[in-house]
Order: sequence, then structure tokens, then C-alpha cells
Amino acid sequence: MTELWNGLVKAVELIISLDPEVMQIAGRSLMIAVSSTVIGSVICIPVASIIHFNRFRGKRFLVSLIQTFYSVPTVVIGLFVFVFLSNTGPLGGLGFLHTPVAIVIGQVILITPILLGLTISALSGVDRAILDTARSLGASGLQMAVLVVKEARFAVVAAVIMGFGRAISELGISLMVGGNIRGFTRVITTAISLETSKGDIELAMALGIILIFIALVVNIVMNRIQQR
Amino acid sequence: MPLIETRDLWQRRDGQDILKNINLRVERGEVFALIGPTGAGKTTLLRLIDMLDTPAAGKVFFDGADVNASEKVRLEMRRRISFVLQKPVVFNTSVYDNVACGLRWRGMGSKHIREEVEGILDTVGLTGYKHRNARTLSGGEVQRVAIARAIAVQPEVLLLDEPTANLDPVSASRIEELIADVIKRATIIVIMATHDMSQGQRLADRIGVLVDGEMVQSGGSREIFTLPRNRQVAEFVGMENIIDGVVISNEGEMAAIDINGRIIEAVTDFDVGEEVSVCMRPEDVTVALAKLSSSARNCLAGNITWTVSAGPLCRVEIDCGFPLVALVTIRSAEEMALKKGTQVYATFKAVSIHVIRRH
Repeated sequence: MTELWNGLVKAVELIISLDPEVMQIAGRSLMIAVSSTVIGSVICIPVASIIHFNRFRGKRFLVSLIQTFYSVPTVVIGLFVFVFLSNTGPLGGLGFLHTPVAIVIGQVILITPILLGLTISALSGVDRAILDTARSLGASGLQMAVLVVKEARFAVVAAVIMGFGRAISELGISLMVGGNIRGFTRVITTAISLETSKGDIELAMALGIILIFIALVVNIVMNRIQQR
Repeated sequence: MPLIETRDLWQRRDGQDILKNINLRVERGEVFALIGPTGAGKTTLLRLIDMLDTPAAGKVFFDGADVNASEKVRLEMRRRISFVLQKPVVFNTSVYDNVACGLRWRGMGSKHIREEVEGILDTVGLTGYKHRNARTLSGGEVQRVAIARAIAVQPEVLLLDEPTANLDPVSASRIEELIADVIKRATIIVIMATHDMSQGQRLADRIGVLVDGEMVQSGGSREIFTLPRNRQVAEFVGMENIIDGVVISNEGEMAAIDINGRIIEAVTDFDVGEEVSVCMRPEDVTVALAKLSSSARNCLAGNITWTVSAGPLCRVEIDCGFPLVALVTIRSAEEMALKKGTQVYATFKAVSIHVIRRH
């Protein structure tokens, strides 16, 4: 119990004193998760619109499949990305393994189902009458899609924030394809894992508090959005 | 050439025919009202005209061209038409942006849009609401935004689906004034669906009556309201007295019709022996306590079976051998002390009777 209390006090000290190592790790984590979320959103929002606005065979199955992948284990994605990016893998020549780029690739794959699925749900929530109104006012297919995304913007933003939350809190991908290299690919989750195993509970707790703080901010933002 | 034409148009949903063989021609500058009870197919017809749905059979022509064309051509056609839905929805943005969206989608410049939108917001009385989120408006205001949005694009055809349904009387009359104003200003076709027949009468040049998916009658409002073609139309246009009888004589179109042993005279060309229905508006029946000396050919004695007040009027049912409904002013009803059991004389002219074939 004393160890826990001491750890907490030390952790608060590390945060308040803006300890360079803690700040660097937190900053890298944010940078990687934000990059993954931005790239994922740029790809997934248009793709979700295409899926939503087009009728095709197997659409329902596709949506179910996407939803199934919401909870795909991060280590499984880590494994696949590792196989692809390793020296003997098909993309080994790119030299991305054990770089932040590899983590971003893995995280984009991780959050794609969440972004796609939740964006499709968000777009489905838009009243049919909005579509009829837009069409009757002379909107083209693209103009209508843009309007519907705008109408569903709060739900779409919620999807993006969910994706970000999943990206920043994952461990498996960062560990397996990032390699937890100090000053290069070490992020909050990998650092917590390492410091705990080394017995440096204070540093691990400080990083844990920062992670929880980020999760708290994300939750507050999401609640705000959903209340609008 | 009519701007809007439908040929043998059918629509089907869940195995049921919602529209049956609709042939409609609407010329430029014409205001056409589609009247009919709820569920008659009015909205379905408007949606087909606006190309929002595809018909089960038949064709829609816009400016002489079949609308069953490529999506690009349909978009160009649709951009010449505006449709205000029955329950209008506004986009989750400002009133200004709602009204501007149709113009933006047509690629207009922002200066032109600003001038246009501001002018229209002034017309519909929403200038002060420009920056408000349209979702915060009341039902009447939303309807005005929807109409403003529809007319901003200067359509050649304006489709209105029950524009005053779901509104309080004050908002409804404001919207009606607005529509009348739009009709006056621009030479556009207005096709308006309404279940309020008097609204159709006030605004339209021509009326089509849609019952159970069929266009049972179309013509001028006077024709529809005084000369309904069949029982369904007669019922819908407020002919409360529809009484079955048989023509027993007809000399020079002045016919005598036997109704349950009582004879009434009516102007009609039906032949002797034909089974007919006699239609009469309750406001065409005069009620008096004594026999009136008037030019009216029909005067029947009877006892009142019930009375009920309806606003400034009193509705009276008289048993003259058959039930006959009359409308009198509340004041007259009070003066004559009309109540259940009072013996009265119901007087009506032979020309105020419209005779239709009995089905």
C-alpha cells in the first residue's frame, strides 16, 4: 500500500515538473495516435459514405463483418503487420518495422472497423426526409453525401473520437511492430509495460495517470458532442 | 405542350396499387390542386413527378422529354422543379444556409446567393432569423423556410405537399398567403396536394380529385364542387346530402325523382326509370317554420331529428321521408327555436340539385 502511495506522489511530481522523459513519451503517443486517427478518418469516412449510399449484394453481411472486427485483438494486428513489414515479408524493403510509421499502420488497421462501422451507423441515423429534400432541391450524388455527413457530423465526430481512444490505449501493436525503442518508438502503453516489469512503479504510474487523463478528456469531449 | 405530363402512370407498393392509370397534363403558369382524402396517393404522385421514385408502369414527361433518362439528365430536370415535402425538414445549419443550399448546389456565386437569399427571407418574413439554427424554429417557421428554400432556386414547377397540414390556423393562413403571393409573382406551375378542399378552391385554377389512387375527376373548382362526377367525389367535396332515388318523369330536363315515396324535382338529363343519387349541399337547403312562397320547386315538410352547432352555423337534420341535412345560421336557429322534433319546411331549388348515376 505504501509503495502505491509513494508511487502516486512520485508520479504527480513527475507530471508537475514536466519530466522530459515522461513528456516525450506522452507527446509521441499523442502524435502517433492522432496521425492514425487522421489517416483512418480520411480513408474511412468517404468509404463509409460509399457503403452507405450504394445498394449492392452482401451489404448487410459486409456491415456485420465490419462490426465483428471492432474487438479484434491488437496482438493479432501486430502479428500481421509484423509479418508484412519484417525483412522477409512482402513490404520488408520499406524498412518500416520498428519505426513510428509501423505503429501508425497498425493503428490505422485497428481503428478502421470502428471508424467505418460507427460512421455507417451515424449516416444511417440521418432522416430519410433529409435525403429526399436534398434530392428535390437538386443536389447531385456527391453533394448529397457531403450534406449527409454534415448532418451526421456529431455522430461522425464521436466515431472519430472512439477510434482515437482505441488507438492511444492499445499496447500489442506498439510493442510488436514499434519495438519499444527508447526515444524512438516508446509510447505510453509500452513504457508502462516495461517500467512495471523493471519495478519502476513511479514512472509507470505517472504514465498511467497521463493515459487516464487523456481518456478523461476524450470522454468529456464525446459527452459534450453527444449532448448537442 | 404541357410542361408536366403523366401517361398511364401506375405505382405499386407491397402488392397494392397506390396510383392507377393517372393521366395528367399541367401547362405553364397553371396552379393545379390535387385533392383527396388521406392515403389517396397524392404524395406518391408528387414524388413521381419530382423523380424521387420510379413508377411501376407508365411515363412522366417533363417539358416534352421522358424523365426515365440517365441520372445526369434527371438531375438537370429535377433542378427545374422544387418540392416542399408534407413534413418539411430543415438541415442542421442556419436559416440562411438552408435557403442558400439549392443555389450553392447549382454553382451560383456567393454574391448572387446573398442577394437572392436575403430577398427571399424578406418575402417569407424571416429576415431576423437569418443566423438562427433552423432546427430551433417553430412548425410554421420551418414551413416558411422550406418554401423559401424551394422558391430560391426559381423553379419552373413548385410541388407542395399539404403545405398547411400540421399547422395552427394562424400559421396556416400565413403560409397560404405566401403561396398565393408566389403564384402571383412568378409564372410557375404549382401542383399542390391538399386534403383541404377549400384551400384547393382558393388557390388553384384546376383541381383533380384523387380517390383510392384514381383521378376520379378533374376540372375547374366550380365544376368539381357543384357537379361531382360520382358519389366519392360528391362526398369528398362536401355534398352531405346524397340520397338514392329513381327518375319517374323527365320533360325538357326537368325531372321528377322518387325518393322513398317523396317526389323532388331536379334539372337533369337522366331518363325515366334510371336509378340515380341526388346530391345537394346543406347550405342550399332553406329551413323555415311555415311553407315559403318562393320560386324554389321543392318544399318538403319534416321533423328535425337532431341539431348541432358548428361555429357560426347550426347543422340540422330533417326527416322528410329521407334524412336531409341543412345549414342555418345560429341566429336563425335560435329565432326559430329549432330543436329535435320541431316541424319545419325544407326548401331547395331544382337547379341546386346535382344528379349522378347510382353505382
